[in-house]
Amino acid sequence: MTSATNYRLIDTRGVIFIAVLALAAILVPILTLVIPQGSALSIPPYIVALFGKYLCFALLAVALDLVWGYCGILSLGHGAFFALGGYAMGMYLMRQVGARGVYANPVLPDFMVFLNMKELPITWWGFQSFPYAMLMVLLVPGLLAFGFGWLAFRSRVTGVYLSIITQAMTYALLLAFFRNDMGFGGNNGLTDFKDILGFNVQATGTRVSLFVASCIALIGGYLIARWVTTSKFGKVVVAIRDAESRTRFLGYRVETYKLAVFVLSAMMAGVAGALYVPQVGIINPGEFAPTNSIEAVIWVAVGGRGTLVGAALGALIVNWGKTFFTGALPEYWLFALGALFVFVTLFMPKGVVGTLEQFKARRARKKIATPEVAAAGE
Amino acid sequence: MDVASGSLLYLDGVSVSFDGYKALRGLSLTLAPGEMRAIIGPNGAGKTTMMDVITGKTRPDSGDVLFGGSTDLTKLDEATIAELGIGRKFQKPTVFENHTVDDNILLALKAPRSALATLFGKAQASTRSRIDHILETTRLADHRHRLAADLSHGQKQWLEIGMLLAQDPKLLLVDEPVAGMTDAETAQTAELLRAIAVDHSVVVVEHDMTFVRDLGVKVTVLHEGSVLAEGPLDVVSADPRVIEVYLGR
Repeated sequence: MTSATNYRLIDTRGVIFIAVLALAAILVPILTLVIPQGSALSIPPYIVALFGKYLCFALLAVALDLVWGYCGILSLGHGAFFALGGYAMGMYLMRQVGARGVYANPVLPDFMVFLNMKELPITWWGFQSFPYAMLMVLLVPGLLAFGFGWLAFRSRVTGVYLSIITQAMTYALLLAFFRNDMGFGGNNGLTDFKDILGFNVQATGTRVSLFVASCIALIGGYLIARWVTTSKFGKVVVAIRDAESRTRFLGYRVETYKLAVFVLSAMMAGVAGALYVPQVGIINPGEFAPTNSIEAVIWVAVGGRGTLVGAALGALIVNWGKTFFTGALPEYWLFALGALFVFVTLFMPKGVVGTLEQFKARRARKKIATPEVAAAGE
Repeated sequence: MDVASGSLLYLDGVSVSFDGYKALRGLSLTLAPGEMRAIIGPNGAGKTTMMDVITGKTRPDSGDVLFGGSTDLTKLDEATIAELGIGRKFQKPTVFENHTVDDNILLALKAPRSALATLFGKAQASTRSRIDHILETTRLADHRHRLAADLSHGQKQWLEIGMLLAQDPKLLLVDEPVAGMTDAETAQTAELLRAIAVDHSVVVVEHDMTFVRDLGVKVTVLHEGSVLAEGPLDVVSADPRVIEVYLGR
């Protein structure tokens, strides 16, 4: 008896996942702030920021898994939604700098003064307000995904063609954001942030808070994705992935479903980007680079697509590997990444989590007496 | 138009061409409410294209396609036509392999199809018993928790027919339901379709003459995109033109 679909909102895997994140959200502040720095147990702030960054990538991976793993839409442009969320946060942070910039202009960020801009562009209006900026973190990626998805899914663009145009989308944004007259800092992007909600972005307390916020966002993103995928809606989405025209002939409006999943995923990616920017202290057009989006796909493939937890795990594993490699053997990182992708595709097509699951299932099947297998085999 | 108004499905002078190849040329066909019809014809006769036209997958170049005497199907898309009450079974069994048998039927059950309804909607109390009923009819009750991917070929075909039933359509279009089935499965499928035809209209496309004989219904022979002959199987199979088409070349 194989019952593949798990109907429970949170399965065992999910409980472990949430417990680990919750534990991290409790322990890391204690180990960083309460235990004196330099003692054996303490965590240095740069490690906190590093892992906070990984968590943002993990949230991006969960978002990507939602569209790719469950709906079969291989987006090679999800980095664009991540970057847009990041820019929205960056714009808020720039406005918080105020008169403390090099040019001491109370309204205009330094780069605008440098470019001889006289007044704040309309696109920047309202970004001094945190709630407005957070709204934009969701709305801007959401609207782009809606517009893009509406055109693409209605015209029934699927498979590799869709992947290529998502790639083109992020590349187009990369080129656009490089231009100075776009008004988003051009090539240099946005940096030299001072504070967020009145707290210094460099302060250890702020770093720890951002880490905790990233844990909460990842748990939240996971729960939303889980709720969506375990609902009947989620079953329709998987049905679309496996037999699109069958789903259509059953009377489901496939394009609406795809659009809904795509927009939700883009918003999640936007939130991930928004949490990423204050932790790394910069956002520039490089974040739109197609390679970033492709790397995100590798995280999901490594961890196991269609598992959510696996996607997050894949992001952590690959990025930890990247940090290690780029430190120890910088020139070999891309080779290692390529080799990893080839290895996973050939030998672990279901990723880390999927492969573990297969082992478990195989062992369970061996335990059950053989008659059952014979009955199920036919 | 008198013929059209009393009919469930009415095709008149339907033509379709793909890059100059005429798949259908002036096809006309009328199906009465509650009727079961078998459609036969050699490869390339236009059987599948006819299904595509009725279900909105292909737009005809000319001709009328009316459902229930008045609804023009050539203006509607697949989802709308499915909701009107036309269910389709594909030639190759097409089920949701990664879903359980239960879930396959659940997704097909007549219920609101919008994204909002499936995301926030609560399951209806009658759902369980409706699924049970369909699984009984299609002999799949013992397999309900298995993945559709693990079913045998014949079981997949029945599951797909079950999904059609779950849609509770007015008209079922069934494309080669017994292709690749064993003789026993074929006989069971004929029985299943006859049971379904008691309260549904059914169009069956099939190559297998034994199966068509088992169905015991009016037969339409297609050839090169139009109707060659129509009537009981014995009459049709005695028609020299039909023999020519099937055996002549």
